[in-house]
Amino acid sequence: MDNFLALTKLITPASLVALFPLLGFFVTSLFGKSLKHASGWIASGMILLSFICSLFLFLNLPTGASLNFNLLEWMKWGNITLSFGILIDPLSLVMLLVITGIGFLIHLYSIGYMHHDEGFSRFFAYLNLFIFFMLILVLGNSYLVMFIGWEGVGLCSYLLIGFWFKNDAYNDAAKKAFIMNRIGDLGFLLGIFFMLFYFGGLDFLTVNEAIKAYPINNIIIVAVTLLLFVGAMGKSAQIPLYTWLPDAMAGPTPVSALIHAATMVTAGIYMICRSNLLFAMAPHTLEVVMWVGVATSIFAAIIGIKQNDIKKVLAYSTVSQLGLMFAALGMGAFESGMFHVVTHAFFKALLFLGAGSVIHAMGGEQDVRQMGGLWKYIRITSMTFLIGTIAISGIPPLAGFFSKDEILAAAYNSHKEVWVLLSISSMITAFYMFRVFFLTFSNSFRGTEEQKHHIHESPWTMTVPLSILAILAAIAGFWGLPAVTGQTHLFSAYLKPVFEGSKAILGEAHEADHATELMLMGIAVLAAAISFGVAWKFYISSKIVPEPDSETKGFAKWVANKFYIDELYDNVIVKPMMVISDILFVLIDKLVVDLVVMATAWIVGFTGRTLRLVQTGNAGFYLFAMVIGMMILMFIQLVY
Amino acid sequence: MNSQVIFLLLAALSILSALFVVFSKSPIYSVLWLIVCFFSIAGHYVILNAQFLAIVHIIVYTGAIMVLMLFTVMLLNLNKESEPHKSIIYKGTAVVTGGMLMLVLLAAMRSTELSAYSVPAATDAGFVQNVGMKLFTDFLLPFEMTSVLFLAAMIGAAVLAKKDVH
Amino acid sequence: MNLPIEQTNPQNWYLVLSTILFSIGVMGVLMRRNALIILMCIELMLNSVNLLLVSFSAYAGNTEGQVFVFFIMVVAAAEVAVGLALLVSIYRNIGTTDIDILSKLKW
Repeated sequence: MDNFLALTKLITPASLVALFPLLGFFVTSLFGKSLKHASGWIASGMILLSFICSLFLFLNLPTGASLNFNLLEWMKWGNITLSFGILIDPLSLVMLLVITGIGFLIHLYSIGYMHHDEGFSRFFAYLNLFIFFMLILVLGNSYLVMFIGWEGVGLCSYLLIGFWFKNDAYNDAAKKAFIMNRIGDLGFLLGIFFMLFYFGGLDFLTVNEAIKAYPINNIIIVAVTLLLFVGAMGKSAQIPLYTWLPDAMAGPTPVSALIHAATMVTAGIYMICRSNLLFAMAPHTLEVVMWVGVATSIFAAIIGIKQNDIKKVLAYSTVSQLGLMFAALGMGAFESGMFHVVTHAFFKALLFLGAGSVIHAMGGEQDVRQMGGLWKYIRITSMTFLIGTIAISGIPPLAGFFSKDEILAAAYNSHKEVWVLLSISSMITAFYMFRVFFLTFSNSFRGTEEQKHHIHESPWTMTVPLSILAILAAIAGFWGLPAVTGQTHLFSAYLKPVFEGSKAILGEAHEADHATELMLMGIAVLAAAISFGVAWKFYISSKIVPEPDSETKGFAKWVANKFYIDELYDNVIVKPMMVISDILFVLIDKLVVDLVVMATAWIVGFTGRTLRLVQTGNAGFYLFAMVIGMMILMFIQLVY
Repeated sequence: MNSQVIFLLLAALSILSALFVVFSKSPIYSVLWLIVCFFSIAGHYVILNAQFLAIVHIIVYTGAIMVLMLFTVMLLNLNKESEPHKSIIYKGTAVVTGGMLMLVLLAAMRSTELSAYSVPAATDAGFVQNVGMKLFTDFLLPFEMTSVLFLAAMIGAAVLAKKDVH
Repeated sequence: MNLPIEQTNPQNWYLVLSTILFSIGVMGVLMRRNALIILMCIELMLNSVNLLLVSFSAYAGNTEGQVFVFFIMVVAAAEVAVGLALLVSIYRNIGTTDIDILSKLKW
């Protein structure tokens, strides 16, 4: 009973959490012109309010309880009811805190970063709208509400990537992101249709109840989970739907930080974690998920080695880390995946914001070959970027080490070959991150003289978020201390109620003994140290600078050109589709649709032209017509 | 027996004079035949016990309206030569249409039931006193309104027929 | 005859007579081109209706029908006055009373 009362107190903040950003969107979009720079503060304030609400929910949710209520009933036919409702449980709270917390920091950052941009209010309107949809995505209590948020964040991603819409290349990048997302959404939608048909409902409770009647690996469940995974592939940039993410770097850096590092791309992982029972019932799909994740992780890491744009490196790094998270999910280690989501959000956002700060200092230059020796000029940015780099490389005691280590341990315990591949991927990650760090901040400056004069540290609105994120990236690991240290893993304990069902089905992951764990940790640290050493040798001792694009040759050229995957898609998929649509345009559009429309218009005209001949103007004829009409009416009345 | 004969005579007179109204070549003849028709209808009114109406009918219709028409015929100098004629096709179609209308109306009547009114008792409802009573008690307002109607018609006719004074 | 006269003819006879007079009036309206004759045929139609109404009043035994006829006559008189005034002013404009000439309201 206490639980019930405590939960009812939470209904209002739960409903309000998503409404603040929506309010912010309306205010900044309608009054942006007059508000000018105040809109940045208003938007940030709204997100801060959402964060406070989320904090309140987090502190007041009783352990093991979850709040599930419907706001309004949407559609109803037969005995299927689809409602719009909210679910608050530990998983959604974790996501809420991450989204609103990091969202707020990025809003603050954007006030400084976009200060001179003429679309300042529009930017904050879009950012607030994005946060609104993302919150809907994680708050929803059914796949339908999640899908609404899913589509909405896709839309906002399009709007924000193509923010500087006067540039055609950026518009193309935005379109590419949206279309690839759409392909994934089709999978998600088909999955929803299957669920509606077979399980009779879309909210999580109904689905989880309905699937208990099915055997493991039943073809329906496998089909549904595969379709849902296609959706996740599109949204979270896994092979083959990942090529939009590097191109999405065309958007302003805060956008890359928020959407393509911390929140939107993690929507796929959230969705799979939310459907953990469903996926646990389909181990075949989990295999697929794991291998796709592993393949993506290595593939993207290799491409990242030869990238020279600071943001593109981080983009491929994101794809690679997402692959790591999916691999974790595929092994059934759902909490490890979520833990890595949280730590990744911190240090990836930190790295992106740091890159933005560097770009801001360099006056718009993004090529690392033009940078160098920035350490002494922009101290705060450099230090925070260093912390981010160390975190992502998996060096203890920063956050990245703990989350990655968990995943690697789970891999060692289940599939050893996966462990080898993921370790290789981590080594490559450490290597290219330190490569970027050294090329940007060490040695001496390689740019032009006027760029050198322009270098300055960013304003406080930009450095404060960097610092906060750096602190979080450093200490977040202590929420998830592994068993070997003897402390409780706070994160898993918090999320335990959410994943109980799937744990029961998959069986408890068999824990390795402490000796093996320590050995694995040692190997991981050693690998990271080797990568650091190699990077140091290349870029500090030998002071190698990557060659200009025209001089790249052989295998390096293939890597630098992203293995020509984009060109492959273009020739195999895009060009035939354009040809087909041209044919259809002539065949169907011109001959069928136009014909029908023109024919309708012609019929109307023809009838008009014919009927007007009745108006002869002759009174005698009119009298005659009157009498005839009267007679016909009387006749009809008589006969019927 | 008597009433049948009288009715048939009067009916024949009405129909014949109506036909002559329609088919006469000269407008004057049409007007005069219409006067005959009106008289026959007044006769019908008499045998239907509508004495007040019979007199009013003769005074208003034949005495006023037909005289007005005669004045107009003479004013416009209409005679047999200046009378326009429709072609024979139109005339034929008109006759056929009128005939069909008659048939439809008669057919409609066949399906009605009028047995309740077949043979009523004699009534003095049409006598002057009774009609007068009715007009001045139940129908007083329409009766007074007709005076307004006439006023409007008079003014309208006077305005319409005035010669344009520049 | 004694007053009031008893009605021994069936009512249908008056119905038929009225219908015949009405259709003759319609025939006249459709056949003639002279506006004045048309007006007269309209009067004929009105009278056929009057006859019918009076017969109903006689056979039902109440005065309502006759009062109605009274008012129809009033309206017919007013209508003829205004109609003839219109006819005269048209004659002044086009010099004849032929209605087939008035066909400017065509398509």
